[in-house]
Amino acid sequence: MKLKTILMGAAATLAFGQMAQAQTENPGGERGRDGALGIIYWQAPSILNAYLSGGTKDIEAASLVSEPLGRYDETGAPVPWLVDEIPTVENGGVAEDLTSITWKLTEGLLWSDGTPFTANDVKFTADYCMDPEGGCAQLAKFENVESVEVIDDLTVRVNFAGPTPNPYGPFMGNQSPIIQAAQFAECTGARAPECTDANFMPIGTGPFVVTDFRTNDVIQLEANPNYRDPSKPAFATVTFKGGGDAEAAGRAVMQTGEYDYAWNLQLAPDVIAAMAEGGVGTPITAFGTLVERIEMNLTNPSPDLPEGERSTPAHPHPYLTDARVREAMSIAIDRNLLVEVGYGEAGRATCNLVPAPEMFASDNTGCLTQDLERANALLDEAGWTDTNGNGVRDKDGIEMNVMFLSSTNAVRQDFQALIKDWWEQIGMAVELRNVDGSVFFGGDPGSPDTFQKFYADVEMYANNFDGTDPQAYLAAYTCDKIPGPDNGWQGENINRFCDPAYEALVAELGATADLAERGRIAKLMNDAVTKDSNVIVPLVDRGRVSAHANTLGGVILNTWDSELWNAADWYRIAE
Amino acid sequence: MTDRAPQASADTILPAGDPTPPVLAVKARSQWRDVWDQFRSHRGAMASLVFLIAMILFVLAGPLVWRLDPTALDIRNKDLRPIVNALWGAEKVSWAHPMGTDNLGRDLMAQIMQGGRISLAVGAAAMILSIVIGTFVGVIAGYFNRLDGLLMRLTDLFLALPLLPLLLVMMLLFRDPLRAAFGPEQGIFILIVAGIGITSWMHTARIVRGDVLALKEREYVLAARSIGTPSRRIITRHLLPNVLSPILVSATLGLATAIITESALSFLGLGFPPDFPTWGKILADSVPRMTAFPERVIWPGLAISLTVLAVNYIGDGLRDALDPRIRGL
Repeated sequence: MKLKTILMGAAATLAFGQMAQAQTENPGGERGRDGALGIIYWQAPSILNAYLSGGTKDIEAASLVSEPLGRYDETGAPVPWLVDEIPTVENGGVAEDLTSITWKLTEGLLWSDGTPFTANDVKFTADYCMDPEGGCAQLAKFENVESVEVIDDLTVRVNFAGPTPNPYGPFMGNQSPIIQAAQFAECTGARAPECTDANFMPIGTGPFVVTDFRTNDVIQLEANPNYRDPSKPAFATVTFKGGGDAEAAGRAVMQTGEYDYAWNLQLAPDVIAAMAEGGVGTPITAFGTLVERIEMNLTNPSPDLPEGERSTPAHPHPYLTDARVREAMSIAIDRNLLVEVGYGEAGRATCNLVPAPEMFASDNTGCLTQDLERANALLDEAGWTDTNGNGVRDKDGIEMNVMFLSSTNAVRQDFQALIKDWWEQIGMAVELRNVDGSVFFGGDPGSPDTFQKFYADVEMYANNFDGTDPQAYLAAYTCDKIPGPDNGWQGENINRFCDPAYEALVAELGATADLAERGRIAKLMNDAVTKDSNVIVPLVDRGRVSAHANTLGGVILNTWDSELWNAADWYRIAE
Repeated sequence: MTDRAPQASADTILPAGDPTPPVLAVKARSQWRDVWDQFRSHRGAMASLVFLIAMILFVLAGPLVWRLDPTALDIRNKDLRPIVNALWGAEKVSWAHPMGTDNLGRDLMAQIMQGGRISLAVGAAAMILSIVIGTFVGVIAGYFNRLDGLLMRLTDLFLALPLLPLLLVMMLLFRDPLRAAFGPEQGIFILIVAGIGITSWMHTARIVRGDVLALKEREYVLAARSIGTPSRRIITRHLLPNVLSPILVSATLGLATAIITESALSFLGLGFPPDFPTWGKILADSVPRMTAFPERVIWPGLAISLTVLAVNYIGDGLRDALDPRIRGL
C-alpha cells in the first residue's frame, strides 16, 4: 500500500512537473485578459514612496507602480528596464575614469497619466532624494553622487565626486525607482512627508496604477493603460492586501486559495510543509543576502531621558558601548540551534552581514560555536559582576537589564525566548517585547516603536541588499546616517555606529575599481561591524520563502530585487 | 427554578421526630444562610463552584508542587505529547511533562498554571473594576433625575470609543512610566486591567439604571422615602440588593470578555512580554501548529471556556439564590 502511494505520488509529481514546464511561458494576449490578481503581504504598506520608507513591504508594494532604470534578475545580473541597455565601460555608457554614467532612456515611454517619461524626471528623482533638508531613506544609493545632468530628453548623466567603480547605485534596483517630476515638484525637502496624495498614489511607469490606497490595509490597483507592452500586464486589477500574519498569508494562498501570492512566509519549517499539503499553492525558496541579525544600540534608550535625546549619540549606552560585552552576547548564542528551530532547510547559521555573493563574503566562522564560559569570562574581565547578589551583573550601580525588541512573528518570538535564556545564563536580565510588523518597520516618525527609533537595547530583524554589490549596504554605517529627531528618524545606521576608520574604508571602497580589491575591502568592512566589534550580531542567513497559487504562472522568486519585479509577466494558468 | 423552591425550604421545617415544641424549634437564621441553602440546590452552580475553586487551587498552589519553571527551555525535550497519548501509540511522551511540551521544550502544565494566575487575575480585577464603575454610574443615573442625562450621555460617549485604538494610545502614553514604576509585568497588568475596566462598564451601567428607574417607583421605596430614609440608605438597603442579579450576570460575562481582550492585546504585541504566559497567549501561539499538536490549543482553550462557563453557572445560581421570590421566603 505504502509503495503504491509513493509510486503514485512520484508519477503525479512527474506529470505535474511536465505540465509546469509546458506552461512557464506566458501565452500572451491582450492586456487585462486574466482578471483579478490577489497579493497578500502580511506587513501592510503605509506609503508607496520608496524614498520615504526603509521598510521592504513599502518598497516592494511601490515596485508595482514605480520602476527604476535597471533591475537585477534572479541570478543577480543587471537587466535594462526603462533603458535599452545597461551602461558599461565597454559600451561607452560608463566613463573610462569611472566618474560618470550615462543612461539612454527607451524612446516613447509614458507615465501612467499619459505624459512622456523624460530625463528631467530622472534628474528630479536624484535631487528629491539628495535634498539636504529631506530625510531620504535611500540616500545610501546616491553615495558619492555630485550631480545629475540632463543631456537631452532621453539622455541623463550621473556625475560622481570621484571614480565610482560601481556606478549602479542610483536608479538601479527597487530601492531607487524614478518618480514623476510634475507630481512631486512641490514635495521636496522638508515637505516630502506632507504630500499625502503623491506619496500614496504615485504616478509611475510600472504595470499597475493605484486606484485606492488605505494606509496599513489594502491597495487597489488596475492595469496601467499606458504600459509599454500592449499585451501586459495580464491582470486587469490587483488587490494588494496588507497586514495579518505570515501564517494567515500562507494559509490564504496554499490552503484556501483566496490570494495568489504571499510574500516572505517566515514560519517554522514544519508549519510551511503542513500548509503545502493543502494543494492549492506552492512554497518557493531562494537564498540571497537576507540576514536575520541582532542590532546593538550604542546609544542610551532609557525612557528617563527627554524625548528627542533618547537613543541619540548624545547619550552613549551604559554597557553596550563595551566591545567585550557585545562579544559575550554574541558568542552566548547557539546559531545552529536557532536555524534548526526556526528555518530548517531555509536557513544557515552565519557570522556575516554580507553572506553572498561569494566574492564579498568574509570567511569568519568564529561565532558559530556557542561558548558560554568564554562569554562569562569576558563579562568578568570587563568588570561586570553581580555585586549586590540579585543574580544580575552590574557595575557602578547600573544593572545589565536588556530590553530586547522585535516584530511580532512566531519564529522571532521563539528566537527571543531562546536568546533570552542564553543571555540569562551569562548573568543578564532580559525583557522581551514584540511590536506589530507594520508599525515596527513602518518608519512613522510619530511612533516610538519603529526599528529606526530603536527605543530598546537590542533589536532583531532581517535585512538585505538588492543588487549584487554591497557598497551601498555597507555605506549605511556612517555617522551621517544615524537616525535622529533632526532628520525625522530616517537613516539606515540603526546601531548609531560611528567610526572614522570605517568611514575611511567606505571612501576607499568607493574609489576602487578592481573587483578582487573591492572584495577585500568589503570583507574588511563586514568584519568591522560584525566579528571585530559585534555591533551587528548576524544569526541566520535566510532563504526567502514565498508562496504562489498553482494557477499563477510566471513567478520568478528574486532575492536581488523586489519579489514583484516581473509582475507584468505574471499570468493565470488555465485549468 | 421555582419548582425547586419547596424542596429548598423543606429543610427549614422541623424534622418529624423532634421532641421539642415546634414554636421554639425554628432558630433565627441569617439571610445569607438562606441564600446558601438555595444556592446549594442548584446542582450546576455547585459543580461550577467546586470546579472554580479547584481551578484557582490548581493555578495558585500548583506551582508550589509542580516546580518546573514555565519559561525554562529544554530543547532536547521539545514537542512532547501529553501522557494520555501513550495509551494508543508509541509517541514521544514523558512522565516529566504530563501535558506535553511546546516547540521549545517549555512544560505546558507549568505554563497553564502560570498563565492561569495571570488570566484569572486580569479577568477578576478588570471585572471588579468595571462592575464597580458600572453599578455606581447606573445607580446614580437611575436614582437622581438631574444626573441622569449627563451620566447617560457619558455612557454613550464611552460606548462610542473604539476599545482597541484607545488601548493602543494608552499603551503609548503610559507604558514607559508604569514600567519604570512597577516593573514590566506589574506595569502592564495595571494598564491592561485599567484599560479593560474603564472600557467595559457601560452595559452594566445601562442595565442597572433601567432597573433602578423601575424600582424606585415601587411602593416599598416610596414607603421608605415617606418615613424620611436618606437616599444613601434607600440605595444600599432597597435598590442594590434588588439589582444584584443583573449585576452578577454582567459580571460573569465581563470576566470572559476580560480574559479574551487580554489575549487579543498580547497577540498584537501590546500586552505582556512575549515569553510571559497567559492562557490567551498560549492559545494564540499554538494556533500555527494546531493540526499537528491539538493539545496545545485544547489545554488553554479548555481552561478558558470551562472557567468562563463555571463563572456563568455560579452567576446563574447566585441570581436564583438572591431572588427572594424564588427562595420562597
